[in-house]
Amino acid sequence: MMSTSNKHFFDNPKNVQLLIRGLYVCCGILILLEFFISRYSKHPIEWIWGFYPLYGFVGCVILVLVAKWLRKLLMRDENYYGDKEEPETPHISKGEH
Amino acid sequence: MMSITFPFLYLFAAAALVPFFKGKWRAVITLSMIALSTLNIYFLPETLEWQWTFLQYELSPFKVDRLSLLFGYLFHIAAFIGVIFSLHVKSAVQQSASLVYAGSALGAVFAGDLLTLFIFWEFLAISSVFLIWARGTSRSFKAGIRYLLVQILSGILLLIGILFYWHQHNSLSFEYIGLEGIHGWLIFIAFGIKCAFPFFHNWLTDAYPEATPTGTVFLSAFTTKVAVYSLARAFPGTELLVYIGGVMACFPIFYAVIENDLRRVLAYSLVNQIGFMMVGIGIGTALALNGAVAHAFTDVIFKGLLFMSMGAVLHMTGRINGSELGGLYKSMPKTTILCIVGAASISAFPLFSGFISKSMIMTAALYENYNGIWLILLFASAGVFHHAGIKIPYFAFFAHDSGIRTTEPPKNMLLAMSIAAVLCVLLGVFPTLLYQHLPFNAEYTPYDVTHVLTQLQLLFFSALAFVWLNLKNLYPPELPSVNIEFDWFSRKALPKVAKKVVQLMLTLKYQLSVAYKKFSGALIKLNAANPSTYKITSGNTISTSMMVFWISVILAMFLILSFI
Repeated sequence: MMSTSNKHFFDNPKNVQLLIRGLYVCCGILILLEFFISRYSKHPIEWIWGFYPLYGFVGCVILVLVAKWLRKLLMRDENYYGDKEEPETPHISKGEH
Repeated sequence: MMSITFPFLYLFAAAALVPFFKGKWRAVITLSMIALSTLNIYFLPETLEWQWTFLQYELSPFKVDRLSLLFGYLFHIAAFIGVIFSLHVKSAVQQSASLVYAGSALGAVFAGDLLTLFIFWEFLAISSVFLIWARGTSRSFKAGIRYLLVQILSGILLLIGILFYWHQHNSLSFEYIGLEGIHGWLIFIAFGIKCAFPFFHNWLTDAYPEATPTGTVFLSAFTTKVAVYSLARAFPGTELLVYIGGVMACFPIFYAVIENDLRRVLAYSLVNQIGFMMVGIGIGTALALNGAVAHAFTDVIFKGLLFMSMGAVLHMTGRINGSELGGLYKSMPKTTILCIVGAASISAFPLFSGFISKSMIMTAALYENYNGIWLILLFASAGVFHHAGIKIPYFAFFAHDSGIRTTEPPKNMLLAMSIAAVLCVLLGVFPTLLYQHLPFNAEYTPYDVTHVLTQLQLLFFSALAFVWLNLKNLYPPELPSVNIEFDWFSRKALPKVAKKVVQLMLTLKYQLSVAYKKFSGALIKLNAANPSTYKITSGNTISTSMMVFWISVILAMFLILSFI
C-alpha cells in the first residue's frame, strides 16, 4: 500500500530540514528578543532571564520521559478488557493513488 | 418581533420532526428550527424570570441572566456546527438524540430552579447515550452502559442534594450554594461527576472515543459545559476547585502522551481544559470567572473542531489509532489545515481563540497569588501544546506514511469544520466579540508585548522539545495498547473479586451438600439398623411438629430471659 509518488511536500527530506531549521530560527529570535523587550513579571520566579523558554522545554521533556516511564506501569495488551474490535470499514475507500 | 418561549422547545420540536423527514427536507427543518431558536435567544432581555407554582414548590423553569445567556449563545453555535457536521447521517435516532441532547443543555442553563435543572440533567444523560450506542459495536454498547450508570449516579446525588437543600432553605432556586452542609457537598459531587473531577473522569475518557464520529462532536460540547456552568453559578470562589482544577489540568496530559486512540487523546485534553475552568471558578474573582466562562466558550469551538477533524479521519479511513495512521495530509489537505487551526487554538497561540481565554485564568491566578497553581497551569499549557497541538496533527496527518489514501470528507463535514475554524480565528483576532458578552465586570486586555512574547517562547520551546526528543529517538512511539486507569478497579478488580466470591460460595455450597448427604446417609443407615427412631427423623408430619416444638422452646426461653 506504500505510496510511490514523491511529489508530496514532506516526502522530500530537504523540506523537513527546512521546517526544523525554521523552528530553530524562531526559537533563536524569541530568545534574543528577551534582550530588547523588558517584560513585566508578577510571579516570584518569572523575572529570571529565559524563564519561559526553559520552562517550556524542560517541562515537555519531563512530561514525555515520565509518560514513557508510566507506560511500563500502565500499558497493557490492546485486548486487556477483552473488547478489542477490528477497524471499521471506511466510508469511502479509494485505495491507492 | 416574535414572542419569547422556552429555549429548549425549538430543538425538542426539531427532534420530534426528524423521524418524519429524510434527506434535504430533514436538513432544512433542523437548520431552520435552530435558526428560530437562535432568534428566540437573540431577542431575550438580559434578565428575565418565569415563575410557576407547582404543588407547594416555587419553580422558575426559565430564568435569564448574562451568565446563562452566554451559554445559551454558545450552545446554539455548538448545535449549529454539530448539526451541519452530521447532515450526512441517515439514522433518525442519532439525529433526534443529538437535538434532544442540545435542547436539554439549553433547558439546563436557563433553569432558574434546581428541580428543572435536575430534569434536564437526566435528559442530558439519557439522550446522549444514544450517540454512543449508535456506533453499533459491542464495545460502544458496554461503554454506553458504563457511561449511563455514572450519569445516573450523578443525577441521584443531585436529587438527594436538592431534597436536603429544600429541607434546609425551603426554596429550590438555583443560585449560590457553596460547600455548606450535606446538600452542598452532594450537589457539588453531582456537578463534579459531570465535570469529570479526578477519579470521576473515566466515564468521559472511556465513552467519548467510543461514540460515532459525529456523536463525539456533540458529546464534547454539552455535558461537561453544563456542569461548568452549574459550578460557576453555585460554587464560585470555592477554593477546593482551584486544587481540583490543578490536578485535572495536569494528570491527563501524561495519559494523553501515551494514548494511541487519537479521539481518546482529545478526551484527555478535554479533562485538562476543564481543569483550567475549574481553577478559574475556584479563584472566583470577576476576572477569573470571566476567564473560566470565556474558556468554556472557546473550548467548545476548538475542541469541537479537533473532534470533527478526527471524526472526519475515522469516517474516511475507519481508523483512529495513531499507530495505524500517518501521511494523511497527502489525501486530506483541507482537513489537515482545519485540524491545525484547532490545534493552534487549543495551544493558545496568539491570534487564536485559546489565547484570549486561557490567559485570563492564568492572570487571575497570579493576581490572587496562586503561584504554585500558576506554575502547574503553565506546565499544563506547554503539555497541551505537546499532546493536542502537535501530537494529534502529527500522528494523524504526518509522521510515517501509513499508505492510506482516501479523499476529503463530505462537504458538510468540511463546512462545519470551516465555520469552527473561522470562529477560532475571529475570536482570537477580535477578542471583544466575546468579551462584551462576558457576565462579570473586569477589565482585561489579552494582547500586550509581555503576554505575546512569553506565550510564544513557551510554545516554540515546547515544539523544540518535541523535535529534539524525536531526533534523539526518545519520543514514545504510538503502540496498539490499552493504558490502565482508575476504572481498572471497576472494570477489572471488582469483577475479579465478585467472581472469586461467587466461586467461593459455590464450593462452599457443594461441600455442604456433600457433607449433608453423608450425614443423612449415615442417619438412614442408623434408622435402618434401629427402626424405633425412624418415625422421628424422616416422617414429614413428625419432623414439622418437632420443629414447632423446638421453636416454641426457643420462644419460651426468650420470654423467660426477657423477664429476668
